[in-house]
Amino acid sequence: MNLRLFVARDAGAIAVGADEVALALEQAASKRGLTIEIVRTGSRGMYWLEPLVEVATPQGRIAFGPVTEADVPSLLDALAGNTPHLLRLGATDEIPWLKRQTRLTFARCGVIDPRSLDDYRAHGGYKGLERALSLGPDAILNEVTASGLRGRGGAGFPTGIKWKTVAQAKADRKFIVCNADEGDSGTFADRMIMEGDPFLVIEGMTIAGLTVGATKGYIYIRSEYPHAVEAMNAAIVTAKRGGYLGDRIGGSTHSFDLEVRVGAGAYVCGEETSLLESLEGRRGIVRAKPPLPAHYGLFGKPTVINNVLSFAAVPFVLAEGAKAYADFGMGRSRGTMPIQLAGNIRHGGLFETAFGVTLGELVDDIGGGTLTGRPVRAVQVGGPLGAYFPRALFDTPFDYEAFAARDGLIGHGGIVVFDDSVDMRRQARFAMEFCAIESCGKCTPCRIGSTRGVETIEKIINGERVSENIALVEDLCNTMKFGSLCALGGFTPYPVLSALKHFREDFAPAPTTLQAAE
Amino acid sequence: MTAVFEPWNETRGGEIIAEHANQEGATLVILHALQEAFGHVPQAAIPMVAQALNLSRAEVHGVFTFYHDFRHEPAGRHVLKLCRAEACQAAGGDALAARAEAKLGVSLGNTTPDDRVTLESIYCLGLCATAPSAMLDGRLIGRLDQRRLDALVAEAQR
Repeated sequence: MNLRLFVARDAGAIAVGADEVALALEQAASKRGLTIEIVRTGSRGMYWLEPLVEVATPQGRIAFGPVTEADVPSLLDALAGNTPHLLRLGATDEIPWLKRQTRLTFARCGVIDPRSLDDYRAHGGYKGLERALSLGPDAILNEVTASGLRGRGGAGFPTGIKWKTVAQAKADRKFIVCNADEGDSGTFADRMIMEGDPFLVIEGMTIAGLTVGATKGYIYIRSEYPHAVEAMNAAIVTAKRGGYLGDRIGGSTHSFDLEVRVGAGAYVCGEETSLLESLEGRRGIVRAKPPLPAHYGLFGKPTVINNVLSFAAVPFVLAEGAKAYADFGMGRSRGTMPIQLAGNIRHGGLFETAFGVTLGELVDDIGGGTLTGRPVRAVQVGGPLGAYFPRALFDTPFDYEAFAARDGLIGHGGIVVFDDSVDMRRQARFAMEFCAIESCGKCTPCRIGSTRGVETIEKIINGERVSENIALVEDLCNTMKFGSLCALGGFTPYPVLSALKHFREDFAPAPTTLQAAE
Repeated sequence: MTAVFEPWNETRGGEIIAEHANQEGATLVILHALQEAFGHVPQAAIPMVAQALNLSRAEVHGVFTFYHDFRHEPAGRHVLKLCRAEACQAAGGDALAARAEAKLGVSLGNTTPDDRVTLESIYCLGLCATAPSAMLDGRLIGRLDQRRLDALVAEAQR
């Protein structure tokens, strides 16, 4: 009997034992004389079911999970005898959590072998580039613009306009830079796609290159992601060998080459100008804008700098047409967003869906509430610079403008769930603390403001002149918001002010003080 | 698995620097390569990097000190990093960090007196759906709880 099994190589799956399960499967199978082949895929994104083991059947893949080493013998019994098993989840594609998603960017993630160019092509890979090559730069720009795709890193700037600016710039050299410095807590979509479908990122960047006339690209990956670095490097070598990078890509006259660069643990390097400084080999100090990177970017040359997910969305747009992408979404947020459910959550993972789904659906319905089983009290949306939302705002639809209207941001699409044991004063203090640790130091509101913020919130926690100090923090946040050079200092007020606004009770003087005042 | 590093050697350092010096914007690439070989970036290497890249020593020193990753001194034999960011906070990471500090007798950012374990904070490993998470010498661990943490600490102390 010949079994074809699938186990994720994704860092999130490895962290909960996927390597050990794969090894145990191999050893147990060889002991029994079973011939098995284990394909190491990306993750399907259902992390509460990892390590997930799938088996190929004539009716499609059947999933089992979460599998531990101890489950391996009984699992092999069930597979060999086609008998029931406690961990059997049925057909993977029919698992409701997966079935209700709209996977455009993540269509292949968890399905294909990320190291195989053939597998990528067999599942529709490089169709976007093929069409792009036949269209030419102007028509590609029209497609990307018409798709309504906006920067998935958080700022939501229209990708088509950014590309057009670089395309129109005159220079001897231009660059494509992929921002893979995914530092926001609660986000892991970039990591997943780099590990699970790295050729997709390469294809998106290649299309950008031929659109704007750039022949060199860099992927700046944070050092905390060694598995993603390895996956991207391997994919670049394979793509070169396959004729998809280097000279005459895909048989055309275009050249495009890629290089991975590794960050060094600075959160601020996720800010685009700081990232460019870092790529150039300098301190990650934010640049003042203008000039925009589109005019004066890497090494002073016109540069397209986009998030991993922005590049990863492009091949679908080209392969299926702008309309197919723009048909999803709401308002000015078109297409799908890979949303990441994290923190204290029962069903955490990657949920790609059209814009417009409400926060409440995401947290309660899809996420299944907290893992601890206690009531959800707060969710932070959009990373360390995102606002804390209370249950009262769970009707907010996932959309750039809708979140902005409620003094929040969707950022890179991460949602971190907290139960009722959370102390929002501590979360507010942490936001300032994190800004103080990570500030690049260039502008005063961020560099000094964050430290004064920590001190002042500390006083509130200690019950010192609480209402005056709250007013001081609010004033300080105002200065940081409008006076900082980049989003680090400029957005740190979001978590602080939202904690103050929606969870005021946590900031009230301690009950003992109240009694003393009576 | 403990990483084994070479003792600082000027000739070897020079080779590593020369190997990468021709890349555009090579400073971080070189500092990473030096640290990979020697376990930290020795002070003696800074002027060598500066000379190879035609930069001032101050510039290279500035880059070296800006980034959290680069070590001024070798770490302990094992490095245990605990994620301290929001997703891990939401899942009880703060209490686990305090427990690790108590077990090892050092605060985050420090090495035990016997040089066995360096305990560090890390801000997000991207394992936020299986929080809290940790990294022991490059190995990732998700769904950390007291039992798993104690096992990690014991492993690191061996």
